[in-house]
Amino acid sequence: MAHGNSPAAAHHSGERQHPTPATYAKIATTLVLITMLEVGIFYVQALHSVVIPIFFILSVIKFALVVMFYMHLRFDARLLAWVFVGGLVLALAVVTALIGLFHKGLLLRP
Amino acid sequence: MASIAVARRESTFWDTVWGWVTTVDHKRIGALYGITAFIFFMIGGVEATLMRMQLARPEQTLVSPDVFNQLFSMHGTTMIFLAIMPLGAAFFNIIIPLQVGARDVAFPRLNAFSYWTFLAGGLLLNSSWFLGGGLNAGWFAYSPLTGLTYNPGHGVDFWAVSLLVLGTASMAAAFNFIVTIVNMRAPGMSLTRMPVFTWMTLIVSILIVTAFPVITVALIELVFDRAFGFNFFNVFAGGDPLLWQHLFWVFGHPEVYILILPAMGIVSEVLPVFSRKPLFGYPFIIFSGIAIGVMGWMVWAHHMFTVGMGPVANTVFTLTTITIAVPTGVKIFNWVATVWGGQLTLKTPMLFSLGFIAMFIIGGLSGLMHAVSPSDAQQSDTYFIVAHIHYVLFGGAIFAIFSGIYYWFPKATGRLMNETSGKIHFWLTMIGFNLTFFPMHFVGLNGMPRRIATYSAGMGWDFWNMVETVGAFVIIAGILLFLHNFFRSLRKGEVAGNDPWDGRTLEWAIPSPPPEYNFERIPVVHSRDPFWEQKHPHPLGVPAGASQQRPGNRAQQPAVAHAAETHEVIHIPSPSYWPLITALGNAIAGYSLVYRFIPGLFIGGALTMFGLYSWYMEPTVKHENKKH
Amino acid sequence: MSQVAHAPEHPTVTGIDNRKLLMWVFLASDCLFFGSLIATYLIYFGRSVVGPYPHDILDIPVTSVSTFVLLLSSFMFVLSLAAHTRGDYKAFRVWVFCTAVLGSTFLGFQVFEFQHFVHEGLTPRTNLFGTTFFTLTGFHGAHVTIGVVWLLTLFFLSLRGKLGADKNLAVDLAGLYWHFVDIVWIVIFTVIYLTGVALGPGVGK
Repeated sequence: MAHGNSPAAAHHSGERQHPTPATYAKIATTLVLITMLEVGIFYVQALHSVVIPIFFILSVIKFALVVMFYMHLRFDARLLAWVFVGGLVLALAVVTALIGLFHKGLLLRP
Repeated sequence: MASIAVARRESTFWDTVWGWVTTVDHKRIGALYGITAFIFFMIGGVEATLMRMQLARPEQTLVSPDVFNQLFSMHGTTMIFLAIMPLGAAFFNIIIPLQVGARDVAFPRLNAFSYWTFLAGGLLLNSSWFLGGGLNAGWFAYSPLTGLTYNPGHGVDFWAVSLLVLGTASMAAAFNFIVTIVNMRAPGMSLTRMPVFTWMTLIVSILIVTAFPVITVALIELVFDRAFGFNFFNVFAGGDPLLWQHLFWVFGHPEVYILILPAMGIVSEVLPVFSRKPLFGYPFIIFSGIAIGVMGWMVWAHHMFTVGMGPVANTVFTLTTITIAVPTGVKIFNWVATVWGGQLTLKTPMLFSLGFIAMFIIGGLSGLMHAVSPSDAQQSDTYFIVAHIHYVLFGGAIFAIFSGIYYWFPKATGRLMNETSGKIHFWLTMIGFNLTFFPMHFVGLNGMPRRIATYSAGMGWDFWNMVETVGAFVIIAGILLFLHNFFRSLRKGEVAGNDPWDGRTLEWAIPSPPPEYNFERIPVVHSRDPFWEQKHPHPLGVPAGASQQRPGNRAQQPAVAHAAETHEVIHIPSPSYWPLITALGNAIAGYSLVYRFIPGLFIGGALTMFGLYSWYMEPTVKHENKKH
Repeated sequence: MSQVAHAPEHPTVTGIDNRKLLMWVFLASDCLFFGSLIATYLIYFGRSVVGPYPHDILDIPVTSVSTFVLLLSSFMFVLSLAAHTRGDYKAFRVWVFCTAVLGSTFLGFQVFEFQHFVHEGLTPRTNLFGTTFFTLTGFHGAHVTIGVVWLLTLFFLSLRGKLGADKNLAVDLAGLYWHFVDIVWIVIFTVIYLTGVALGPGVGK
């Protein structure tokens, strides 16, 4: 659905230089390493009681790396970051609230 | 001066039809939205009238209980998704580009797609009347009533699939208006100078793009259960009917604000103009709107106080719901303060806006009553709730929409609507509305349940039900008078001129009806009421009312300030039929999904893809349309 | 394409291209879509009355491989965007084609997985796990499919010389969509596969 009234050339004010392919490669390596770490943790039985926070933190890091560098949100206009983070936070809030309402023992202990 | 030749050469009847079918002009799309939505409004009205006739006296058999179930389910769905929302969309389309000083919306073809998809969804829903009957499970279609076991017909499928199609239309329109408002404002129009109606449209559009995905998921789950035997709401497989309720109301409560915020925007435009005062507390109105939009997400479970969520959840949602009354109250006080001490002109738009304030206060107060969960336990599923929803959505939204129609009709058509008829219409609506809906508070507190096809004599409900039915016919008389006035004024109304109301915002600076390109040159904005400031350069020095700009003055004035005097080329987006083809693909896929006809799904999907591809490849502005 | 010779139009107020803003608002909106699907999955987690259950059937090694494939495809895409930006259209085509191939490979894994599950006796009709699992991963797969079609469209447009420097934004937008599909998978893989299986039976009641 890419169409509109605006100039076709992609130059946006307020957008800084995108990362170089070398940076991209570093990010890719980090993503692969974190995923390997996650799969490794999965096979350690002793850690199964604490997997939720560990996996949560690790996937948040991966998520953030892709959004900030591959989707170059870090280098784009601030407004775009607000738009996306707004949707994301709202989604997280709704998911958390719904899970809290259905699994009362999990989140909400009256 | 840029010289502009407009290529609207429509000689024959079919040229005219083709021109409307392929139009991407926001004003024409707005007109299509308005007319279509008003037709659906009248269909919803007929459904309501049949219910009122059935309930006028006890133990009547005008319609069967099954038909009655369909009537109230389809009435609610029609009024919310096919009348109030698209009537709001009609105002967004016609007014927003004019108010922000733009030549069109950001994506004109996407805008046409929104309209055709809305039309497809509306026809899909209403065609169920002729194809085995409509939805009969209430407008929020609670599970397990919607499961195949209890609802083997196609009514639920028609409803669910048409809401998916309508959701696509609403979301496409909302994406478009977010981008238009954020990106296409005239130079100088900062967020703090944006007209309130534009602000409310922005908030509503944000609510639409965030709330509709939730109902989309809920509807997909329902359709998959029915069409393909999934287990989402299958209790025997462990499915939980409450999941439907939660997902529906997570969407449903923001939806309430999707319906009412445009109305608040319209009223905030009308009151200052007819009070000849700037809006009182502009930042408070804006921030209250934002607060309502945010808090609208935190209150959904107050629709579910009686399903047994437990005391903690009920208390939390009681508190959040009561809190949301604060920003709403702030708005009401600001409107009252705007009118206070103003030089009032009680023209029809003003009457409807004042009526809005009064009726909305009543609806808001009864809402506060069932915001408290123990109190709601008494009122839930009674006519008291029916009274409340109609005070906010009819006394609120519809009153404001009529106010907006009378207010912007001269801008859209170049002619004024008849004042006398307008005033009679207002009083008929006001009296009829209160006759119909105020007694519902009484019968509701007396225990009359909603959604019953009839009732026994001697319950103490007979008298007020008859009064309600009489009131409904008073409303109908008002609507008929409005229609007569509307079509008569289109042809014979007094010529309006650019600025019949002594308006404050940019749309009044250009001719009525506006030319296809809206603004010959894009204006530069220096204040919150740019056109007013330009007409009255020394607001403190000029006594109110001593303006030289009288209503109806057609004299050419230098419209606001203009961007640099360049000989710019105005690009008018070319007409396109691909949006219609794409929407047609959606409609075919929709019918196929209703009848579980898998090849049809692929045909519809392929047509949609084909439409999208052709749309993507088609140039936005064709060369021959560029005039210099 | 016609957008060659027209006078510069008014820049937008924010300096952000309309289409780019549209894409980001759409992605924000899609967060709510996937959020609702994930919420449904988690609400029904551990509520199936008959098996197979997640820990019986989800295959972590195989899905880890397909996760690497999708991560790698995102990396390929940023290389293709970089190539397009510096005007190296040949490299762009190579990388974008690789991205599409990796995306198709991911879809192949998913088809294989679905078939395997059906063979093992898990269909969407079997239990709540089947219903929620196939719906969530199926809609993700549909997003990937659209992305692959989009990438191939760019590839062929570039072959026909219709994706010059003035179309850099078109590449950028496809990339935003593609990476979004990737991050949704990051969440799905962590929540449904790793955490869901690690927690084992009987949790979440």
